[in-house]
Amino acid sequence: MLVVEQLTRDILQPVSLELPGGTCIAIRGASGSGKSLLLRAIADLDPTTGRVTLDGQERNALPAHVWRRKVTYVAADSGWWLDKVGMHFEAPDIAAGYLLRLGFHGNVMSWPVSRLSTGEKQRLALLRAMVQGPSVLLLDEPTSALDPETTSKVESLLHEKISAGITIIMVTHDPAQATRMSQQRYRMTDGTLSQETS
Amino acid sequence: MTYIQLSYWDIALAATLLTINAGLSIYYRLGTERRLLLAAARMVVQLTLVGLVLKALFHTVSPWLTLLVALVMVGFAGREAMARQERSFIGFWGYGLGTTSMLIAAGIVTLFALLTQLHADPWYDPRYVIPILGMILGNTMTGISLALDRLLSEADTGRMRIEARLALGHTFREAMQEPVKSAMRAGLIPTVNGMAAAGLVSLPGMMTGQILAGVEPVEAVKYQILIMFLIAGGTALGVFSATRLALLRLTDSRQRLRLDRLKLD
Repeated sequence: MLVVEQLTRDILQPVSLELPGGTCIAIRGASGSGKSLLLRAIADLDPTTGRVTLDGQERNALPAHVWRRKVTYVAADSGWWLDKVGMHFEAPDIAAGYLLRLGFHGNVMSWPVSRLSTGEKQRLALLRAMVQGPSVLLLDEPTSALDPETTSKVESLLHEKISAGITIIMVTHDPAQATRMSQQRYRMTDGTLSQETS
Repeated sequence: MTYIQLSYWDIALAATLLTINAGLSIYYRLGTERRLLLAAARMVVQLTLVGLVLKALFHTVSPWLTLLVALVMVGFAGREAMARQERSFIGFWGYGLGTTSMLIAAGIVTLFALLTQLHADPWYDPRYVIPILGMILGNTMTGISLALDRLLSEADTGRMRIEARLALGHTFREAMQEPVKSAMRAGLIPTVNGMAAAGLVSLPGMMTGQILAGVEPVEAVKYQILIMFLIAGGTALGVFSATRLALLRLTDSRQRLRLDRLKLD
């Protein structure tokens, strides 16, 4: 269970959430409204005030890098720091098992990063985080660069992970995706998070 | 030792060479004649003042005065190192980082040279302290400003790469590996190149000076080699400590990338 209490940073108004394992919430809202800031705040990538706990364990009691392994943020634009794709994966073999399901054919792991398209990078960045086995995934527009067919491949993999007990907070612009993926839908307006009534 | 003393007329005669610069500037309308004149005047005034200060300093041989002059030199070098960086930290650390590292590096290496190789008597004799410190500072300053500039600009432009690693649970140290390597390389390469080219491409200034002053070339070369090693050591120490300090300031207790502590252009 991920519990967020009064999490605040400059433009972000206090946010409180309680998410049991195996749930997914979706957040929509205009660009610059603070959606990404919230995800970064939960991952502890920016200075914030407030409390965040995972399964009763206080965030600040854990070293920051340990926390981020459990509560992993996947940015909208992925970052790559080495030449080959596979070098970015902790366990390329495990990751390779998912490649076909994400629409890859061939040995992407040995490709140079420069050969990847935006959509390919997006899926691989998600996979890279997922195979590390986090308890919570904070996904910032995970399918923004994908066609409908590939999007549904990603969604089905995410559904599987949710069923397996992972908690997901997903930022999306697509209302249909929000409905497909999440039990609860939220809206971010000028830094204020509110639940959508459906 | 014999050397040819210069008269003021000799210098005035050499100054006429500036008319070539001025002539070029006027003929091609480069518009640099005012700046040229100003720069030349500054050079003359600054060096003359330094000459007078050094004369007084060498005359008194006071440890405190020597320390004061050394600190002033480090202070100016720190300012210059900061001015050469495109990116720097907000507030005290913008200035303090380079200056502190320079103080550490140049201080250690100068003391090392004075206490072991040069055996100056007394060891704080400004006639040795000041020129050696000056040469080490000049090079350390270049190294430190290049390394800091590279580190901070790569942290800034490489934000996505670095934060991707942080988000995956890498430590800040791991996430900064590439920028740190590249910064250290940038800071150290001028010294390496300088050593490699010494004697073939350029005759180092100190050696030339000693030869003009009548020192045996072989003796002058020995001195120059000593200085080169001091410079290499000083630059390495300076680049290392500046990079370490900058890393501390670039992050916080939660291993975040704190670009908000950098000055925006």
